Amino acid sequence: MAELGPVLEVLLGGLMSGVLYALVALGFVLIFKASGVFNFAQGAMVLFAALSLVRLSEWLPFPLAFLLTIVIMIAVAWAVERLVLRPLVGQHGLILFMATIGVTFFLDGFGQTIWGSNVYQLDLGIPASPWFLLENVFPGGILVSPIDVFAAAIAGSLVLALSIFFHSTKIGRALRAVADDHQAAQSVGIPLNQIWLIVWSTAGIVALVAGMAWGSKLGVQFSLSLVALKALPVLILGGLTSIPGAIVGGLVVGAGEKLAELYIGPLIGGGIEYWFAYVLALAVLLVRPQGLFGEKIIERV
Amino acid sequence: MTLRFSTAALAGIAAVAFAAASGASADTIFYPHLVYRSGAYAPNGIPFANGVADYVAMINARDGGVGGAKIELEECETGYATDRGVECYERLKTKGAGAIAFSPLSTGITFALTEKVAVDKIPLQTMGYGRSESADGRVFTWNFPLLGTYWSAADILVQHVDKISGGLKGKKITLVYHDSPYGKEPIPVLQDHATKYGYTFEAIPVTHPGVEQKAAWLKIRQTRPDFVFLWGWGVMNSTAIKEAVAVGYPREKMYGVWWAAAEPDVRPAGDDAKGYQGLALHPAGADYPVHKDILKYVYDAGKGAGKREEVGEVLYNRGMIDAMLKLEAVRIAQKLFNTKVVNGEQVREGYERLELTAERIKELGFEGLVTPLKISCLDHEGARKARIHQWDGQKWVFVSDWIEADTKYLRPKMEAAAAAYAKEKNITPRSCS
Repeated sequence: MAELGPVLEVLLGGLMSGVLYALVALGFVLIFKASGVFNFAQGAMVLFAALSLVRLSEWLPFPLAFLLTIVIMIAVAWAVERLVLRPLVGQHGLILFMATIGVTFFLDGFGQTIWGSNVYQLDLGIPASPWFLLENVFPGGILVSPIDVFAAAIAGSLVLALSIFFHSTKIGRALRAVADDHQAAQSVGIPLNQIWLIVWSTAGIVALVAGMAWGSKLGVQFSLSLVALKALPVLILGGLTSIPGAIVGGLVVGAGEKLAELYIGPLIGGGIEYWFAYVLALAVLLVRPQGLFGEKIIERV
Repeated sequence: MTLRFSTAALAGIAAVAFAAASGASADTIFYPHLVYRSGAYAPNGIPFANGVADYVAMINARDGGVGGAKIELEECETGYATDRGVECYERLKTKGAGAIAFSPLSTGITFALTEKVAVDKIPLQTMGYGRSESADGRVFTWNFPLLGTYWSAADILVQHVDKISGGLKGKKITLVYHDSPYGKEPIPVLQDHATKYGYTFEAIPVTHPGVEQKAAWLKIRQTRPDFVFLWGWGVMNSTAIKEAVAVGYPREKMYGVWWAAAEPDVRPAGDDAKGYQGLALHPAGADYPVHKDILKYVYDAGKGAGKREEVGEVLYNRGMIDAMLKLEAVRIAQKLFNTKVVNGEQVREGYERLELTAERIKELGFEGLVTPLKISCLDHEGARKARIHQWDGQKWVFVSDWIEADTKYLRPKMEAAAAAYAKEKNITPRSCS
């Protein structure tokens, strides 16, 4: 029993990290699902949103800064739709993907230029000291970080809200139609530009929430945009179009990499956490090329 | 029309180029400055870069340059990436009158440049970082790891915790390190000392940039080491402190190397960083005479590189000391070769004669900021001392006196490593007698 404690602890810690990965992956899935664009700039959006929030909250009360940041993220979405996506309607997905790489570099640089490159502390008032569960079952208890629990709760509610939005609203259905075929959706009267604006704005808000969760853990600084790379194996694993996939993928990657680092790592020199996620994702692809929850696309030639 | 336009444009470009070239040649030395003001390591790169820029600006404004030669400083952004660092080096090495010396502020870039500088004949000043064995000047003719290598740092830390814990026998030390050439440097010394002092040693790598450390700290929670040494850089350090809080590891038992013990490392962790300790190559603070001159000649003139209140932070002061040592080597070379404009090869001779006495330190306005050092052909490190300081929530407070690394143990180890390097690279070591 005593030996089970640490394993459970690592598993739990991993699952919590996984929720945070899922939160970033969610931003990717949203845009891909609704516009067929793989938005490489999601990480940069996380950084930009968090930087805007933390710097604005130096001048303004927090709720006001939060609202203003949402406005900023909608403005970013508008600019991306107007200046990047609209001229590229109907182009191949790869071209749109390349355009989002451009957006990434722009947002990274622009964000640091106007908001600065330092580490900024984001204090959401969550206690940093750990909680210990089941102390009478396991010696030392099972450690849980309150920040992780908070982030998991936020991510959970966001996922629920988005699922309802996608499946039960008119806009949600329109979003799914656009994802299937831009031009066909446009021909039946779905306003493509508006839909893109809505979905990029939503992704911007998801980025803000992810930025707050990660930022309160790490401090708001440039590495937030790199954390987004952790979402890639999650996407491979969960499938690009599935919101539950992003969540399950996040949990599997989070728990898998932590357990691997602790129990396989020492055998091969350690530091495997980073690439283990990809190995895990690739292994899944061998068996299920569409990912765990992705749509199986059959094209007849 | 098109033809006329392009002719005019060409003439314009030529005129600008000529002006730039002629401006650079008149008694001006070229100081290339590899910086990282953006990217994952910017919070630590910026104060260091500002310290260098402000010190050089002050010397230009107050003394009209060094030994009568104006200093032209040009920054090149590396983002702490080795490939970009090498690119910057290639671009700047022949600029102006030729680069006086390079300081990449990255052990990775140092590893990449070590062979190049020997060919281009430009010294590589790596104050408090770089290859530890490069202190052996017979093999590493062009490297100057001034003021302390990582081997010295590891030795000093072990000496300190041995002293405060009443002996390390049976104790446990865990190293949490940046998985890069930098982070791996102290491992051989910490392993050697494990046998000598009788402690158990474990090393846990953290992948760049170091934002994901949960597994490492859960392991620490399980193994409960008596001390954790932190060999991180940038965001990895503050993340480590936060993760330590998250697993309930006491900050008082954590010791950072001198690159993991500055304001950007502790501030993001807020009050939780209180009690965290680290090595100090020099004190923080802006009350030294040199700071007064920087504020007077640079900030009062509105030309400061950073914010006035950031003058005197740990890494700012380190940048200032880095620039001062480089310009001292230039000054010595100018006298030695009786010329104002010196090149890299001449500056190297200056480095090898660099001696910072207490008297000279006072003249420079650095009294209390830097320890005396003496470079020779044999020893390119010059001094190997550090103190321990502790973060009290607001500022760094010294908790130990100067501790000197054990040369008797380190020197033979360094020489052996340098000899192995020489053999591998087919270098015939110089004679220093």
